[in-house]
Amino acid sequence: MEKFTNLTGVAAPMPLVNIDTDMIIPKQFLKTIQRSGLGRHLFDEMRYDDQGREIPEFVLNQPAYREAQILITGDNFGCGSSREHAPWALADFGIKVIISTSFAEIFYNNCFKNGMLPIVLPQDQVDLLMEDARKGANARIAIDLESQTVTSADGQVFGFEIDPFRKHCLMNGLDDIGLTLEKVASIDTFESRAAQARPWV
Amino acid sequence: MPKTLYDKIWDAHVVHEDSDGTCLLYIDRHLVHEVTSPQAFEGLRMAGRKLRAPEKTIAVPDHNVPTTPDRVKGIENPESRIQVEALDRNAREFGVHYYPVNDVRQGIVHIVGPEQGWTLPGMTVVCGDSHTATHGAFGALAHGNGTSEVEHVLATQTLIQKKSKNMKVEITGSLPPGVTAKDITLSVIGATGTAGGTGYVIEYCGQAIEELSMEGRMTVCNMAIEGGARAGLIAPDEKTFAYVQGRPHAPKGAQWDAALAWWKTLKSDPDAHWDKVVTLKAEDIVPVVTWGTSPEDVLPITGTVPAPESFSGGKVEASRRALDYMGLQPGTKLSEIEVDTVFIGSCTNGRIEDLRAAAEILKGRKIAVKRAMVVPGSGLVRAQAEEEGLAQIFIDAGFEWRLAGCSMCLAMNPDQLAPGERCAAPSNRNFEGRQGRGGRTHLMSPAMAAAAAITGRLTDVRELTREPVSG
Ligand code: SF4
Repeated sequence: MEKFTNLTGVAAPMPLVNIDTDMIIPKQFLKTIQRSGLGRHLFDEMRYDDQGREIPEFVLNQPAYREAQILITGDNFGCGSSREHAPWALADFGIKVIISTSFAEIFYNNCFKNGMLPIVLPQDQVDLLMEDARKGANARIAIDLESQTVTSADGQVFGFEIDPFRKHCLMNGLDDIGLTLEKVASIDTFESRAAQARPWV
Repeated sequence: MPKTLYDKIWDAHVVHEDSDGTCLLYIDRHLVHEVTSPQAFEGLRMAGRKLRAPEKTIAVPDHNVPTTPDRVKGIENPESRIQVEALDRNAREFGVHYYPVNDVRQGIVHIVGPEQGWTLPGMTVVCGDSHTATHGAFGALAHGNGTSEVEHVLATQTLIQKKSKNMKVEITGSLPPGVTAKDITLSVIGATGTAGGTGYVIEYCGQAIEELSMEGRMTVCNMAIEGGARAGLIAPDEKTFAYVQGRPHAPKGAQWDAALAWWKTLKSDPDAHWDKVVTLKAEDIVPVVTWGTSPEDVLPITGTVPAPESFSGGKVEASRRALDYMGLQPGTKLSEIEVDTVFIGSCTNGRIEDLRAAAEILKGRKIAVKRAMVVPGSGLVRAQAEEEGLAQIFIDAGFEWRLAGCSMCLAMNPDQLAPGERCAAPSNRNFEGRQGRGGRTHLMSPAMAAAAAITGRLTDVRELTREPVSG
């Protein structure tokens, strides 16, 4: 997995609440058996019309945001299905950080598995960053994972919380399966104990 | 220390705990379907890893499969076919339990699991699918996860987890006639919002929950995820044990007795701590429908389409967008909204009892919509419905009688809405484009969907009820 340490870049504003995984990547694009290539279809139904032409008003179609690496969004981002295609599509488009007041849990979890950083901040700070985002390339936002801070375009610094284990994995690009397999002895022990206690499982 | 049911199941499955509370949790059952698994199997293959416990892994194709009889000839859509073929190949190569498309036991993974006795009380059950919450009806800790975690479970039979908080949702008293499990679960989401359960595992309890059948309890838990919760749970009781006993993969003989003894301890202690409690009175619950594009956009069928200005914050803009998408005007009576299509099925309401409830309304009546289809949740549900004569009632009313699968619950197979088409559905999501690009979904109970099929508009099922319905 790719490491994540820090990032300074353009943020795209998406103030809508409850942006669900069907909006992020509609189900007709879930039929792939690969992980890559979904960025083209990110936010498909908002981004393209029925003929597949770009809708110019949609934020990621605007010249200022085509290279955005940060999304600032409304409450409860990523609600809906468990599809990891949602973070895959965002990552494939180039989004590395999403900032919101809240995230749906499975989506939040899935971000970390793909080297992406979801950040939860209070409403007033998200509002302020949303204003920055509206200024496009004139207002770059900086994220530093080590110090757990987001710095707005005019230098205001906001701290954010992150689970220490997830931070460690992101900063070092560690793969969960490898880490877990280091504990294989504990799994063996658990299994033999469970086989005694609950043999019907 | 007194424990909740969630605490008890959790504690029984912790393999390892780090000082910061991150746990390695053992997974008893891993359910797999064709959409969220190909990249996981591919990952294993690329890393040269094996499946840790293929005997605890169950695979079934459901999302992509056509539900018309001609599916025996193969799947026409190439991408769908590739996904189903990938599952066929992966299931065989890695040696997991498999129910292929042409097996009578095939169906929606969350219906097949309980039906075959794979889901048992006190288990941890996961699947790369958010509606895994369904299995919580058995007092199993069950939740969805992403494809990376599917791969993690395949390789290690564990998940890295942090414990959620405990939330109790109590439904006191008895449901009035015509009000069903679906109305309970939608009403809870209406009360708490789609993020009300975020960070929690919900235990549903109270008289109305105890009085539900296993099918009804699965309907309630199925939509815990729509309320934002990690999982939904219902303590197992005699109904649970009776449902489980004799299923193909349920324990037998001495093992059954041992299992039963443990299962009977699986309930929250009376003085257990709850981080959040929500109480609803069953007598206040009425038949509900959704009007918008989020499951929290729910109102009694006797209500009217709300004005966006009646909300606050980001919800004002979201509901304006929702009404625009749904083609609805504020102030319109919900019971005057005309529908084109009725779809009865899904892992929320595709079980035998749901088909009975719908057939009860449809008996001797004819549909007044362009298209109506009923898609049993599994081949066995379908067979039973045929045996009970339900299939004929549906067919006589004008419904298409389909084969099992996810069907029109989500637009990944040929069963889709056309742009602007309006559908009454007892499934679980009314998101934009969920049932087809531009399609408009109203969620409700199976009986309400049947009622809508008869009148051609959203309808209060109590106007058509001959006797109290249940389910
Ligand atoms: S029926 Fe619908 S909600 Fe259930 S598993 Fe299938 S697609 Fe998902």
